[in-house]
Amino acid sequence: MLFLKKMNLNNLTLKQAKEGLKNKDFSSVELTKACLERIKATEPKLNAFVTVTEKDALEQAKIADKALSDAVELPLLGIPLAVKDNFSTKGIKTTASSKVLESYIPPFDSTVIKKIKEAGCVILGKTNMDAWAHGSSTETSDFGASKNPWNTKHLPGGSSGGSAASVAADQTIAAIGSETAGSIRQPASWCGVVGLKPTYGRVSRYGVIAMGSSLDSPGPITKTTEDSAIILEVLAGKDEMDATTSPKPVLKYSQKLKKDIKELKIGISNEYFIEGLDKEVEKNVKEAIKKLEKAGGKIENIKLFDPKYAIDVYTIIQRSEVSSNLARYDGIRYGNGRGAFADEAKRRIMFGTYALSSGYYDQYYNKAQQVRTVIINDFEKAFGKVDVIIAPTSPSLALPVGATKDAAMFGEIADVLVEPSSIAGLAGINIPVGFSNSGLPIGMQIIGPQFSEELVLSVAFEYEKITQTEQWRKLKPNL
Amino acid sequence: MKYKAVIGLEVHVELKTNSKMFCSCSADYFGQKPNTHTCPVCLGLPGALPVPNKKAVEWCVQIGLALNCGIPLFSKFDRKNYFYPDLAKGYQISQYDKPFCLNGHITLQNGKKIGITRVHMEEDTGKLIHETVDEKKVSLIDFNRSGVPLVEIVTEPDFETADEVKEYLQKLQQIVRYLGVSNADMEKGNMRLEPNISLKKDGEKGLPKYKVEVKNINSFAFVGKAIDYEIKRQAEILDEGKTPVQETRGFVEKNSSTVSQRVKEEASDYRYFPEPDIPPIRWKEPEINKLKETLPELPNVKLNRFQKQYGLSLYDGEILTKEKTLADYFEEVFKIGQKNRVTAKQIANNIINKKVDIGNIVPAKLIENILQSEKKEDINADELRNIVRKVLKDNPGIKEDYKKGKDSVIQFAIGQVMYILKKKIDTNMLRKLILEELK
Repeated sequence: MLFLKKMNLNNLTLKQAKEGLKNKDFSSVELTKACLERIKATEPKLNAFVTVTEKDALEQAKIADKALSDAVELPLLGIPLAVKDNFSTKGIKTTASSKVLESYIPPFDSTVIKKIKEAGCVILGKTNMDAWAHGSSTETSDFGASKNPWNTKHLPGGSSGGSAASVAADQTIAAIGSETAGSIRQPASWCGVVGLKPTYGRVSRYGVIAMGSSLDSPGPITKTTEDSAIILEVLAGKDEMDATTSPKPVLKYSQKLKKDIKELKIGISNEYFIEGLDKEVEKNVKEAIKKLEKAGGKIENIKLFDPKYAIDVYTIIQRSEVSSNLARYDGIRYGNGRGAFADEAKRRIMFGTYALSSGYYDQYYNKAQQVRTVIINDFEKAFGKVDVIIAPTSPSLALPVGATKDAAMFGEIADVLVEPSSIAGLAGINIPVGFSNSGLPIGMQIIGPQFSEELVLSVAFEYEKITQTEQWRKLKPNL
Repeated sequence: MKYKAVIGLEVHVELKTNSKMFCSCSADYFGQKPNTHTCPVCLGLPGALPVPNKKAVEWCVQIGLALNCGIPLFSKFDRKNYFYPDLAKGYQISQYDKPFCLNGHITLQNGKKIGITRVHMEEDTGKLIHETVDEKKVSLIDFNRSGVPLVEIVTEPDFETADEVKEYLQKLQQIVRYLGVSNADMEKGNMRLEPNISLKKDGEKGLPKYKVEVKNINSFAFVGKAIDYEIKRQAEILDEGKTPVQETRGFVEKNSSTVSQRVKEEASDYRYFPEPDIPPIRWKEPEINKLKETLPELPNVKLNRFQKQYGLSLYDGEILTKEKTLADYFEEVFKIGQKNRVTAKQIANNIINKKVDIGNIVPAKLIENILQSEKKEDINADELRNIVRKVLKDNPGIKEDYKKGKDSVIQFAIGQVMYILKKKIDTNMLRKLILEELK
């Protein structure tokens, strides 16, 4: 394992880091230091973090090393992770990238944090995001936008943009994000990493600063599918603190990845190759599908509702929930008052308040819920015919910094291809399939029915396997 | 002009579950140090989520069942959005269009049925405390009460008098105490009343166009006073040909009046929507049946049974069934008493007339007391008559006083006889004997 010592430890995948730690090729402190150094070196360009918890991280790494020397086995023992800043962390500032919470230190850990801590991980810090997760760019962050590691003149996407950028730039081994509609898959696509949005209710929302409560799904952002599976095993499961979590048993996802995809029915819907779809995105995704076909997958053309209908449904439901979820920041607690809300949050509060007003409820919220049911049924019908659906994740490549200016519906449009599956609470994963000529990553999403994480992960894993030797996989951002 | 009062009632009952409605904090907040019974959930901290208290939900359904409500198989929680400093989340978790219980009633003594529109579950708010600290007037918030389970019971506007309202409230209080789900203590705020009152002309159909809600009432007596005051006040306004203002008024204890607090032109817009953090509740028939089966015997049923089974009068029955603990005590005593041939009537008389301290006198002891006090010894009738005659002869004043109409002197005569006799005998029989001799 000498080669490992030569390369930068922070470049390792979670799987590799685990093996290295287990074999005592390096210590968790060394691994953590490598990440912290990379953070120090690249943060001025990336702004992926709101808070870096260097001292705590090294402390945790030391404890992990002690455990490792005692041959303790834990799924994330000694592994450095970055966490989106909307996960409550006991004793560590948690801002959701909003000035309103700039000095808020939670007195409790979110369930996800509790689980990854119990799994032995080292928390490097809290990653930047769109304020309150409102957006798909990180440009609504009150602490400045993050930048795309592949081209810092471009955005990383969002709202989990800091987490995706941090993984892509090897500042961390892996990261935790959260998705309401696109906030994991879209930045993963723009940053060229793996982003898994689990089924709604698969991972606890307890302690995650609420955005759209009926949609929010925490999940991993990683360098590989296998890493994603390892983290999901830790995160998933029924939580007594979140009544919407499912009691369905958690599978050993990382051990069920190798699956023969022969006879697997892959649904392709023309509706997802929308007008205005970036030509290079289209080309790469279609080629990727062909590769899966060659590996034995059965491609079937299916008809799905035009994803544009999901935009309206999503916008109404999410903003209605936002208007209620943000009501607690009334200026009495948390230090800052309502004046500290930036424009995007204010717009969403006003929109949601209006949509829920008496007389409009039936016209908007209720109607949106009805259409949501129609979309759920549409997917159910589709999954009667196919096992998974494959589509581009984002209609565009990572857009340049400033793209969201004067575009109030930016996020909704950027997320058009992930919104329907979010509304339906489905499992979905973004995996990188290549690069544009301009050197920006291209992502493809695999969508499965609710609680089909095992299936979407294994399809993603298969794709990784059959494209393992492709040249683009060797690329690293030049920072 | 003659008017008819149209009165409806909203009652909030605080449940006495161990933990709060949506978190595991202790719900026993009364008299506790401020902000000591709190956690991220009841403080509404970012990311904290509510998980409903199963016991509270079951109790709410049991209240509904006890009030003859139907229990829809589908129910859900909703968010009621409004701003108030004591409301941690900026919304209250309540129930809007799918409450746990619908369409019940309570039957008053006169046979009138008071319709119960709905019974639903919600959470209590924190409490504002206005104080002067360092010569500065400040408002402090105590979140100990935040998230304590509340059941709201809403009636149809079926009441016409303050007395009907009071009787309903007594019955309701009795029922929730029977169920053991709340102390329903008005003074501690376990039970809060909000009557709404309006008047219509005698014979007029439909509901009046306005309605006045009265708040801050903390006793059943005051609710009567508030209603009476409102009926008079509104009648005077109507007499002048005007319509009373639709508003919320507060009850003022010191002169039993009401004052305007807030004018309500139209219903507030609470922007209700389904609580996304709590999945809807879908009951199965057997679950509801089980809750029904575990209901204790309710006051009206118990009263009927007491009258029939023990041959008690309505009066005695009502006193004995007023509180479940007393009713249980009575039955316990009766069971033991049966072996000693003590009748239900004897026990009832003893408990009611002697105001027995049921907390201190165990049932067996009470039977002992009864037997002791009613123990009679056989006595020769002639011997007794001789003693009576002797007493009357030795005390000629007795006959004189009796002729003057002083009946109380008989008691003195009884005492004298007993003194000589030194035995416990049936005093009624003795009294009869003395009266015979006096004739």
